[in-house]
Amino acid sequence: MSFLRGARRFLLVSAVAYILVKALFLSGAVTEYIQQIVLFSLIVILASLGLNVIYGYTGQFSLGHAAFYGIGAYASAYLTHLFAVESPLPFIPVLACAGLFSALTGYLIGMPILRLRDDFLAIATLGFGILVKVLLDNSDRLIEVLGGSRGFVGIPRITNLELVFAVMVFLVLVTRNLIFSKYGLFWQCIKDDELASIAFGIDTARMKSMAFTHGCFLAGVAGGLYAHLYTFLHPSNFDFLKSVDFLIIVIVGGMGSITGTIIAGLLWVGFIEGLRIALPSGMLELRWVFIPLFLIILMMVRPRGLIAQKESRLLGIDRAP
Amino acid sequence: MELLGYILQQLVNGLQLGAVYALIALGYTMVYGVLRLINFAHGDIFMFGSFVAYYLIAKWQMPLPLVFMITMAATALLGLAVEKVAYKPLRAAPRISLLITAVGVSLFLEYFLSLNAIFTPNYIAFPRPFEVVDYDLSLVAITNIQLIIFSVTTASLLLLYLLVYKTKHGRAMRAVSHDHETAALMGINVDATISFTFMIGTALAGIGGILYAFAYPQINVFMGIMPGIKSFIAAVLGGIGLVHGAVLGGIVIGVSEVCVSAFLSSTLRDAVIFVILLLVLLLRPSGFFGKRREKV
Repeated sequence: MSFLRGARRFLLVSAVAYILVKALFLSGAVTEYIQQIVLFSLIVILASLGLNVIYGYTGQFSLGHAAFYGIGAYASAYLTHLFAVESPLPFIPVLACAGLFSALTGYLIGMPILRLRDDFLAIATLGFGILVKVLLDNSDRLIEVLGGSRGFVGIPRITNLELVFAVMVFLVLVTRNLIFSKYGLFWQCIKDDELASIAFGIDTARMKSMAFTHGCFLAGVAGGLYAHLYTFLHPSNFDFLKSVDFLIIVIVGGMGSITGTIIAGLLWVGFIEGLRIALPSGMLELRWVFIPLFLIILMMVRPRGLIAQKESRLLGIDRAP
Repeated sequence: MELLGYILQQLVNGLQLGAVYALIALGYTMVYGVLRLINFAHGDIFMFGSFVAYYLIAKWQMPLPLVFMITMAATALLGLAVEKVAYKPLRAAPRISLLITAVGVSLFLEYFLSLNAIFTPNYIAFPRPFEVVDYDLSLVAITNIQLIIFSVTTASLLLLYLLVYKTKHGRAMRAVSHDHETAALMGINVDATISFTFMIGTALAGIGGILYAFAYPQINVFMGIMPGIKSFIAAVLGGIGLVHGAVLGGIVIGVSEVCVSAFLSSTLRDAVIFVILLLVLLLRPSGFFGKRREKV
């Protein structure tokens, strides 16, 4: 009960947002395509929140976040295929399993590589990302239905607005509570100074592993929602560029800010998809010329983030319950 | 006897790839030495070298020595520009900011050069300026391309060795890689030394680009990504910051990649390289020759 009471404000804001979006969808003012993008942006926020826990709060730089997103997507799609799930309610345990599977992978791979720091961790996670992509490309040799480099087809479309909202609100609240708990404080200590954290008696290895596992869990759940929104998976959807996407959202939103991640996720997906509509197809390639430039300039002027440095009071995620 | 010949042949092919990786790995290791930065864009500068050589050979039919010199100058200039524009403003910033900038530079070079007005995103056939000749040495066959690769790599390594260990510039580079402040106190121009190191490293990547295009004559703007990452792994394997470590690491990575393709499966070769990386980082993070553990 205290979980709900401590979240009154966020629940209220989310309910209003839900009603507005639902009304917009029902009014027929937006096309199916735009509706899909709205759902997708919420999914991207969830995955980026995972990276923010790992990098923004705990300071463990990861260039392989898309791999965990992909693992969650493939795991959930395989499970719905196995158990012939087609409606949202039985899909929730599948989603939880996909998240847990991704978290377990993150835990296992984190045990060795989280001993590394900064740029070496970046290379190790990048390597893991490429490893996962190679394995997904060859996955059809082991399990035929995963499709390998031909892609995973025939996934039922289950993800809808209600499901995405419910999952996201729940997981944002869980993440907020974790961040304002003692564990969240430990994470931020490790980011600021790992040596001093050890001196204070913080079990840094365990805390880093915990943050990494939680971040991978969020990415896995987001991947599961993604798989059942677009009903088609391909290994190239989970490559290095996707990891850069999440990284940009975390940096633009502000390292260590849930509010920032939410705003940046909405803006970023809106911006990218908006360009797809606004620009003629020949110009579309130009966006990957300007995005890196934007990233380079951002690192020069605002390396700690663009939008938010602290949490929004309006959303009610600025303190613990 | 046939099997032995096959194995030896794979070793020679692996050495050919490894020599190119060694040239690229040297750039990584030198830049990491002076700046503690993984220059993500290094693989793309290597790609740029291949394209410059393509234009010099295919469009203007230049003689080979001139191709090498102009390509090295072009990649060195690109390296210098990248260092001045993107990395220099971040000298005092945290290492991760610098790394994110490097990722940005890499993506920018790839997508900017892949525009239709510039190099186009398509694969281009690279014309070799000479006929391929096979020399049969009873057990193994060696092509003239392999001879060119081995001799150019060896010559570059010798020159680099002389530069780093026998000249004043080399001594400045080694001093800067130990400690920026102390080097500056001793009257070394640290910024100029860093820029010089970038130019040498990227010029070596340019040579690597030409040799790689000779051996695998299909070039593309995204061709630098995987060799770039693998060469970085080679530098880590040999002990980052060490010249001889990069060479040995490059050869080990090249030979194991070719052997995995030949004896196991070509789709798994990238996966095996990353398993090697993970093992090295876990078991011996300072590499074969590295001593200082605090680098990792």
